[in-house]
Amino acid sequence: MMNYSPGDAPSPGAPSPLPAVRAANLAVVRGTRTVLRGLDFTVPRGRITGLLGPSGCGKSTLMRAVVGTQDRVTGTLDVLGHPAGSAALRPRIGYVTQAPSVYTDLTVRQNLEYFAAVLAPGRANADRRRTDVTRALADVDLTAHTDALAGNLSGGQLSRVSLAVALLGAPELLVLDEPTVGLDPVLRRDLWDLFHSLAAERATTLLVSSHVMDEAERCHRLLLMRDGAILAEGTPDALRSSTGADSVEAAFLHLVDRAAGRTAPAEPVRPGKDLLR
Amino acid sequence: MTAVPATAPAPPRPGPALLVPRTLATAARVLRQLRHDPRSIALMILVPCVMLLLLRYVFDGNAAAFDSIGASLLGIFPLITMFLVTSIATLRERTSGTLERLLAMPLGKADLIGGYALAFGGLAVLQSALATALARWGLGLDVTGSPWLLLLVALLDALLGTALGLFVSAFASSEFQAVQFMPAVIFPQLLLCGLFAPRSTMHPVLEAISDVLPMSYAVDGMNQVLRHDDVTGTFIRDCAIVAGCAVLVLGLGAATLRRRTP
Repeated sequence: MMNYSPGDAPSPGAPSPLPAVRAANLAVVRGTRTVLRGLDFTVPRGRITGLLGPSGCGKSTLMRAVVGTQDRVTGTLDVLGHPAGSAALRPRIGYVTQAPSVYTDLTVRQNLEYFAAVLAPGRANADRRRTDVTRALADVDLTAHTDALAGNLSGGQLSRVSLAVALLGAPELLVLDEPTVGLDPVLRRDLWDLFHSLAAERATTLLVSSHVMDEAERCHRLLLMRDGAILAEGTPDALRSSTGADSVEAAFLHLVDRAAGRTAPAEPVRPGKDLLR
Repeated sequence: MTAVPATAPAPPRPGPALLVPRTLATAARVLRQLRHDPRSIALMILVPCVMLLLLRYVFDGNAAAFDSIGASLLGIFPLITMFLVTSIATLRERTSGTLERLLAMPLGKADLIGGYALAFGGLAVLQSALATALARWGLGLDVTGSPWLLLLVALLDALLGTALGLFVSAFASSEFQAVQFMPAVIFPQLLLCGLFAPRSTMHPVLEAISDVLPMSYAVDGMNQVLRHDDVTGTFIRDCAIVAGCAVLVLGLGAATLRRRTP
């Protein structure tokens, strides 16, 4: 395993030195298969960390382990200073699964109101809940659809409702599993703008997975995964310069080849849109 | 996407020591979901009434049979309805990912189960009240005891149905399978509960089995109210057994809600 952490630039917001997520020798077994093998990595606070790799490489399992919903996790996994899955972490993490997990037989507002009531229950928090819901709706640009039944929304709108739920209560860590998959380019850009403003202005830590390498350039830091292992971690710049590649995708392929014991291709790899699917 | 305000809100104020608000919020959410589905509500409320009406005229010349079977059915309807509704509703919660999301949030398992029990229990009270009123005053069901006791048994039966539905939904991976659990879990109890033949006249093996099935006591409780004008010891025993079974199965159901899943 190769680590490229020295290349990291210090964040402008001066986040606390303790990383948001720290894993050491992390492993996950599902059924008889070892899905994650001996992972070591950190996710710095207040930054966007991209988790990139082909489908089926273990990204979702890793995210579920961080959130604390994955069974049979071994090794060390500390999240915001607590072991992953601690009860104290539940109000502090926002999690968006790949498939939108909201109630399709409720309106957008009713969905958000319920999840807000789970986070901040009781009459004493009613004002806070109202503010939270309004802000989350504005964040994902769904204010015009608040009273629409979630089941009647388009796929992209539904996944934004799911994201809005995760934004409730201003979580310190947002874990987003492929949040931009299937969205049009304008929405994708808007969401990435939102992610950046969350990191810059609310000091939120984001862990965002994707199998589309061109999203890598939008992250502060990357974890490249393949076959249940971390291939490399570092800033996009550091990954490119250390491999002599001109894109993160080329760097990824270079690293795959190097790990397989082959020599690096003489020419930069031709960028193919869906090479990693 | 709008600009993000720089100030983070204050952390939520600690609520009351009990987690009751989350239970109530969950119950309100379940009822709101149902409100978007008026057809289901109509089916839940009206089908038992229509069945009783049908039964009354099936036994047009045999009022005693209508009294006995009608009272038993008043206990069985809430159980079956709540079993079906809960098993499908919680299965949808599991398959849609909302259960995983909720269990990753600060929601207690008791809040979730309590919320479902409260929402469907309330609906069962409405259903039973209508069915009991119709049977008693509309169709001339001759009940010696208080209709309130009928309602009490009906409510306990509904809770038992909710508990059973919640429990079996853990073993179904699709709505198709969940529906198949009804004949598997409910029908044997229906056959053995004393509705078709007195339990004491069954083959001893079947009678022994019927002794450990909760629906037997639900039906027995209803028949106690039918025949006695006061609260009998047997009635109290029947209620205690049905309530105990409901709590036990709710506990088993809670054990099937795992925060960490493979």
